[in-house]
Amino acid sequence: MGDWKTITVPVLSSDSKTTSPYTSEKRISLPSMNSQVLRLPLPSSRSMHSFFSVFCTEENIEQSVSYLNRELTTLGFPSIYAESKGKELNLISIINCMNELLALQHKNLRAQEEVEMQHLKLGSDMDHLQNCYAKLKEQLELSKREIVGLQERDRQLQSKNRNLHQLLKNEKDEVQKLQNIISSRATQYNHDMKRKEREYNKLKERLHQLVMNKKDKKIAMEVLNYVGRADGKRGAWRTDKTEARNEEEMYKVLLSDYEQRQKQLLMENAELKKVLQQMKKEIISLLPPQKQKPKERSEDGPVLSDLEEDLGELSKENMWELSCETVREQLTNSIRKQWRMLKNHVEKLDNQVSRVYSGPLNEKDVISREDHELETEKLELEIQQCKEMIKTQQQLLQQQLMSPCDDDTALLLQDCYLLEERERLQEEWRLFQEQKKNFEKERSSFTEAAIRLGLERKAFEEDRGAWLKQQFLSMSTDCKNSENMTTSSAFLGSSDQDTWLVKSTSQQRKAHCMLSGPVSAEPCQNSQYITHNSFSVASKKPSGDSKPNQWVESDKEETE
Amino acid sequence: ASCVQYRLVVRDANTLQILQLYTCLDQIQYMEWSSDSLFILCAMYKRGIVQVWSLEQPDWHCKIDEGSAGLVASCWSPDGRHILNTTEFHLRITVWSLCTKSVSYIKYPKACQQGIAFTKDGRYMAVAERRDCKDFISIFVCSDWQLLRHFDAETQDLFGIEWAPNGCVLAAWDTCLEYKILLYSLDGRLLSTYQAYEWSLGIKSISWSPSSQFLAIGSYDEKVRILNHVTWKKITEFEHPATIVNTRTIVYKEVEKSPSAETERLSFPPTRALASSLFSTQSKYDISQMPVSLQYVKPVADRANPKMGIGMLAFSADNCFLATKNDNIPNAVWIWDIQKLKLVVVLEQLCAIQSFQWDPRQPRLALCTGNSKVYLWSPAGCVSVQVPVEGDFQIVSLSWHSSGDSMVLRSKDNFCVCYLEREEV
Repeated sequence: MGDWKTITVPVLSSDSKTTSPYTSEKRISLPSMNSQVLRLPLPSSRSMHSFFSVFCTEENIEQSVSYLNRELTTLGFPSIYAESKGKELNLISIINCMNELLALQHKNLRAQEEVEMQHLKLGSDMDHLQNCYAKLKEQLELSKREIVGLQERDRQLQSKNRNLHQLLKNEKDEVQKLQNIISSRATQYNHDMKRKEREYNKLKERLHQLVMNKKDKKIAMEVLNYVGRADGKRGAWRTDKTEARNEEEMYKVLLSDYEQRQKQLLMENAELKKVLQQMKKEIISLLPPQKQKPKERSEDGPVLSDLEEDLGELSKENMWELSCETVREQLTNSIRKQWRMLKNHVEKLDNQVSRVYSGPLNEKDVISREDHELETEKLELEIQQCKEMIKTQQQLLQQQLMSPCDDDTALLLQDCYLLEERERLQEEWRLFQEQKKNFEKERSSFTEAAIRLGLERKAFEEDRGAWLKQQFLSMSTDCKNSENMTTSSAFLGSSDQDTWLVKSTSQQRKAHCMLSGPVSAEPCQNSQYITHNSFSVASKKPSGDSKPNQWVESDKEETE
Repeated sequence: ASCVQYRLVVRDANTLQILQLYTCLDQIQYMEWSSDSLFILCAMYKRGIVQVWSLEQPDWHCKIDEGSAGLVASCWSPDGRHILNTTEFHLRITVWSLCTKSVSYIKYPKACQQGIAFTKDGRYMAVAERRDCKDFISIFVCSDWQLLRHFDAETQDLFGIEWAPNGCVLAAWDTCLEYKILLYSLDGRLLSTYQAYEWSLGIKSISWSPSSQFLAIGSYDEKVRILNHVTWKKITEFEHPATIVNTRTIVYKEVEKSPSAETERLSFPPTRALASSLFSTQSKYDISQMPVSLQYVKPVADRANPKMGIGMLAFSADNCFLATKNDNIPNAVWIWDIQKLKLVVVLEQLCAIQSFQWDPRQPRLALCTGNSKVYLWSPAGCVSVQVPVEGDFQIVSLSWHSSGDSMVLRSKDNFCVCYLEREEV
């Protein structure tokens, strides 16, 4: 509580008479606000002013204040009087009370609004429910009517059905009657027929007797001469033996026919069994590869082992070609089992496939669509870029094409290109010609070298021949074969060369070469040697020793 | 061989050259070659005489006189040395032997359509008998005419018997008032009976397949039932409806080609060729579109032997096809595939079909409808061939040569031989 200030309550002209009803109203209004919910918020502000005017006047200030205090205290608010004195007003408390009253008012307004909303909602719900109820009632009535109609129809149909059944029964009875009539008539006819036939037979017998009795000589056969039997046999008497033989033959015929049929059936049977076995094997082979899927294969695991056992058993048994019932049944049962399994498996696969197809298809569609769009955008960009490039290039081309409108520049340009090419060609030509000259030089040098080599070779060979002669003369005392060797062919000479080469030195090799040279002196070989050596000469001119080595090698090559 | 009144003319089959000419005592009613083609028998029913001629020795002659016993039917035995004569009123069957001049009698033969049946190999003969109003079947050995088996047939009124081509099964069927077919084995045991239905008119015709696997039974209810030889149970039924709806069957319809005679060229008097071409219209086959409705004839209900039901049945020689004719639809021949057991082709003709016969070598069917055309069908197609004869030549029946190269077309007074070219392979 702070300092109190006197409130200058605005004096409004009001009648004191009206205060009582207003106060009474106020009393009513404050504790019970439910009744006048709608009207209170707006007019409250207005009535507040009129309130003041009516409620509190100059005369009854104290009364009104005390009244207010009473009311507020009863409502739980602190007293608006100051604690110390009775008639002094506590402004702070008054303000607090006012504030609290205002807050209360706001709260109440809000609550009022909420309640109004709820009320509205409930009202609409009510309407809705009422509508639903009305509709349902209508539907119920309709369905009741329908049921009644259907029941009627049902009754009619049942009665029709009964009628038809009755008709059917009647028809059946009639049919039965007619059949009975027919059968009775048939028996009657048969009886009559038999009677007539007996009469007829009697007549026939009579006639037969007459005919036989007449002993007509006319009944005869005239034959010029007897005809031989078709198969050339003579006629045989009819005896018991022949009877027995005939019976035998007949039975033989029958038996052969039956045997044939049985053979055919056995063959068919065997073939069918084979086919069944094959089918079984194929079915078994189809099933195990799918053992990877644990879900479906859990059942087949133990069964497969059984099947394999069966297969083993049956294959053993069929080896003996038993056709007893048990084997047959086993085979057929096992095949049926497997076929069922295969069928189930195929059905499962089909389901899976359909699911798989439907699943990823959707995802794929979705993904691909996005990707597709992105890609299409990219492609479009690329296309645009390419188009621009093409345009620029076209422009450049055009420029290029257009620009040599000046003949001079064009010609110059052309000339430039041509000149370049010409110069290039000329350089190449020069190079080519130089190379040509070089080759010719080399060739001439080679030929000179070859000539020289030829001369040197001749000299060399002469020396060699002389040396060898000396050798052989010295060796001739030891063995006579050496003389033969001189006349031997180049091949032997070469073999000698081999043996001699192993032992002798390079000079000896020279001698061998000298020997073999004249022995197998053919110009072509020499020329070959020359060709071989020309290159070697060109490469190794200074090395004289290498010549014979290479000659020897080439010789070896020749002979080999 | 052909007989003209009382003369027997024997011609060569390839050249139609007259080889022999024989004269008989009376008008010949029936003529048959012996199985070895050495003899021909000519039966004159009125006089009761059978004359036999030999081809090897034209001078040889033989005459069998039945005298007052009369003659109703005559036929050769399979060995070609015996003649079986059926006397009048079916009193007895006399077996005359040409080798021994001996006579045997078979008593009480049955007066039915197919009372005598020989097996294909000619060893056995089955004869239908009737004693005391009961049917019996006797089986004889043809070599010495010894009675092998005699058993009673459980039929009311046996109508016919027929051996299976393998000679081991004999089919006996009852009169058309009762649908019943009995199958007996060679030794007389009853193997099976088959009855499709009661009371209605029953079996009209039957036919064995050449391999003895199937027995086709044509009945008055326009259906063909096929029994198999293992269980003697029906394996399938072929229906002959008037409307064909199945799109897999081909319907060949004979269509008249209007003669392409140019009116300007007509001259008086019209030339023979033109006249014949005017009168004999060309015809060809057209494939009809499904559904096809055939001409259905409902016979008069109060007459006996009505023209309804399956009247003709024939298996092809290779056992692949079955040709049937439904007498209710007299213009159509139905060809069924036996391997697939379904209808393959229907040939619809302009006139009623008189007869048809399969080629003994190939699956080729020849049929005639009473006009001067012969129609041929094979799985490759069908063709209508005009007989190039001046005037009318109404083909009543035809029969193939055993080699399948030619066939004889018979009309009332004439016959002609049609040669078929063999395809060069």
